[in-house]
Amino acid sequence: MTLTTSRREFLLSGGAVAATLTIGFALPRTGRAMDAAPFHPSAWLRMGSDGVVTVICGSSEMGQGVLTAIPMLLAEELDADWSQVRVEQAPVDQAFTNPMFGTQATGGSTTVRAHWEPVRRAGAAARQMLVSAAAAQWGVDAAQLRTDKSVVHGPDGKQASYASLVEAAAKLPVPDQPTLKSRTDFRILGQPLARLDTPSKVKATAQYGIDVHLPGLKVAVMARAPAPGAKPKSVDDSQAKAVKGVRQVITLPSGVAVLADGYWAAKKGRDALVIDWDLGAASQLSSASISAMLDEGARQADKVAREEGNVKDAPAARRVQARYEVPYLAHACMEPMNCTAWVQGTGDDATVEIWAGTQSQGPAQGILANVAKASPAKVKVNTMMLGGGFGRRFAPDFTIDAVLLSKISGHPVKLIYTREDDMAAGFYRPAGVVHIEAGLDADGMPTWLTAGESSPSIMAASGFMKIPDNGVDSFAVEGLADHPYAVPNQRIAYGRREPGPQVWFWRSVGHSKNAFFIESFIDELAAAAGKDPFEYRRALLVKSPRHKAVLELAAAKAGWGQPLPAGTGRGIAVADSFGSYVAQVAEVSVADDGTARVHRVVAAVDCGQTVNPEIIRRQIEGAMVYGLSAALYGRLDFEGGRVQQGNFNTYPVLRMSDMPRVEVHIVDSGEKPGGIGEPGTPPIAPAVTAAIFAVTGKRIRTLPVDPALLRKA
Amino acid sequence: MIDCTVNGKATRLDVDPDTPLLWALREDLQLTGTKFGCGMALCGACTVHLDGQPVRSCSTPVSAAAGKQVTTVEALAGQPVGRAVQAAWIAHDVPQCGYCQSGQMMSASALLATNKAPTDADIDAAMSGNICRCGTYNQIRAAIKDAAGALRKGA
Repeated sequence: MTLTTSRREFLLSGGAVAATLTIGFALPRTGRAMDAAPFHPSAWLRMGSDGVVTVICGSSEMGQGVLTAIPMLLAEELDADWSQVRVEQAPVDQAFTNPMFGTQATGGSTTVRAHWEPVRRAGAAARQMLVSAAAAQWGVDAAQLRTDKSVVHGPDGKQASYASLVEAAAKLPVPDQPTLKSRTDFRILGQPLARLDTPSKVKATAQYGIDVHLPGLKVAVMARAPAPGAKPKSVDDSQAKAVKGVRQVITLPSGVAVLADGYWAAKKGRDALVIDWDLGAASQLSSASISAMLDEGARQADKVAREEGNVKDAPAARRVQARYEVPYLAHACMEPMNCTAWVQGTGDDATVEIWAGTQSQGPAQGILANVAKASPAKVKVNTMMLGGGFGRRFAPDFTIDAVLLSKISGHPVKLIYTREDDMAAGFYRPAGVVHIEAGLDADGMPTWLTAGESSPSIMAASGFMKIPDNGVDSFAVEGLADHPYAVPNQRIAYGRREPGPQVWFWRSVGHSKNAFFIESFIDELAAAAGKDPFEYRRALLVKSPRHKAVLELAAAKAGWGQPLPAGTGRGIAVADSFGSYVAQVAEVSVADDGTARVHRVVAAVDCGQTVNPEIIRRQIEGAMVYGLSAALYGRLDFEGGRVQQGNFNTYPVLRMSDMPRVEVHIVDSGEKPGGIGEPGTPPIAPAVTAAIFAVTGKRIRTLPVDPALLRKA
Repeated sequence: MIDCTVNGKATRLDVDPDTPLLWALREDLQLTGTKFGCGMALCGACTVHLDGQPVRSCSTPVSAAAGKQVTTVEALAGQPVGRAVQAAWIAHDVPQCGYCQSGQMMSASALLATNKAPTDADIDAAMSGNICRCGTYNQIRAAIKDAAGALRKGA
């Protein structure tokens, strides 16, 4: 997600978040009083006289590798011995403000992009101080010294370890404008170093939010509103309270919570609640009504996101049109949403502490202060390891509920949403419908293109953004309105419709649907023109060299054009998102019963300068898997307002036996760093459906792929 | 009261017999390496060994563990197969978010305890009950093959 357009609103809703944009030096050297490490030149690091460098990471680790990437950025400029580098999770502090968000938060594939300079500068400043300390000790000019692996080297073979210099360095002023290395001098950046969080995750000592334990802890499970806007009309909790171990039943705005001594009693209590829900307008909501509303929205779309040339007067030998549709989706993180909260005292004395796997710890401080009626300074957020995030953990709902339950009950409370209660109650990837049409010239190349897209607005739903004056939610059209293909006349418009379910950021946000829309349509144009879809794209990417480069690399590595086993087809797609460019080629077969199987995916990525190529490859592969689950299986159906899916039996995801072979190739463009957590998701759905077309001649225009459409008669 | 052996230690669990083993391990014994994912034996995050067999502890009542040996991820390093699995997981840098990996390693070590040369089909059969939303399946497969190789050499 890109929050820059609405940073102001984000800050306002965060409340406590300071408006100043700061870099790592904002936190003065107060750390010295609190820990034994003698050298603590900024919020980002401390170094002890044992030479251990502890990097403090303000971003949340949800698998994307920030607990390794941030230390690599810092260690590079510090010239640290990597084997001596450790990492620690930061508290909420202005010093860790994500410059792309204006608050401390993790999302939108921003961590490396946003911290590329400030964290390196923190490392460079520390290095300069160590070098100055050595220069003073030896009575030489600092310019004569060089550093390598935590050692300062001087004239005549003089050497001093960083460990021996920390005391002296700590007495020096922190330089404001330390010099950064040039790319050619990088020794750590660009290396496939092992992740720093792996050992704790393999030994199972890593602490996720759900693992927190406190004395006197109560566990809460909630019956959450089963339809958008549903309110409990009446609650009969007598059977719930009769369950052994159940202590209290509390009704919140978002549902009814059962507090107990442990999870199992709370869950049994939750299941024993008899709640009469008032579904209100949602009772009329169904998958068919959603589809019809969005279809109408797409036909009427009038908020113009892109207009070029003159579509009406553009000549064309023939026209091609198509309608595509995608459903609402859940994130289905492996770790169910949870938060442990402890609210103590009241009024001016109230303190709030939470432990949660959260992507938005900065905003949480202000939001939870409001919820608990406490001063933001007295809200402490402990960021735990996240068992998956994908945008879901950017939402504050589970932290708000946990704080309310602790405040009302007076106990420390660990709130755990069951998977079913999480899936039932919103924060979905928006459903969407698009109508696209194009005119082709005699050569089959597009002379004009129109698209009308309809989906509910994430900006409006977010609570911290506003739709701009032109009426276009940029998340709704990202990847569609700014597609890279050279078409002289175009008009792309948004038609906002709000069926009701709460929408939210989902790995790659609008790109997750829009790449399917535009790339599928380009594939259809190529077929209409009788041209190879790879060559057709190349011809239309004349002004987009980075798209073209990844497209060509993926095609070359996949053996595009070379024969495949009978019954197998290839599809190709390309998309840019979050500052990075990804092309994927999928090899797919379709069984007689209509089941599509993806055998191999070859990806190429250009994410600019690389921090850790192995993490990049894993992120592209993993994000592709996330998109593949959605393309093949992902759907939330509504009936009478209620979501019909609840767990992995009804909301299937890719498993080991379905997993394709994957190759990821990196284009080292040397451009400024792009994001990496999300860009691997968008291209896979259109690559797979194009491959299905190649092998069956049938177009899949609605996701997930319906095997019934592909079944052999 | 349920008497069983957990990670080699005689243990008395004072919980209702219908309580899933998962919650007795996590809440009563504070063995939090075993994870809650779905509560319906669909995702495998809660996999432990019961007398050496992989079971989904979220759907196994404590009563089923009476008189049996329960092994959790915390005890994996105490067994040759578990050590080989963990070493391979580290060598391949398998985890991303890591939440499912306890269950993955428990399923993998149960497979390798009886099959030191698993084919891809064996791995599919043993591992398809374990979901990973980060998409680390190919790294898991490679790590299992490496661990199998190490165990064959050691045997």
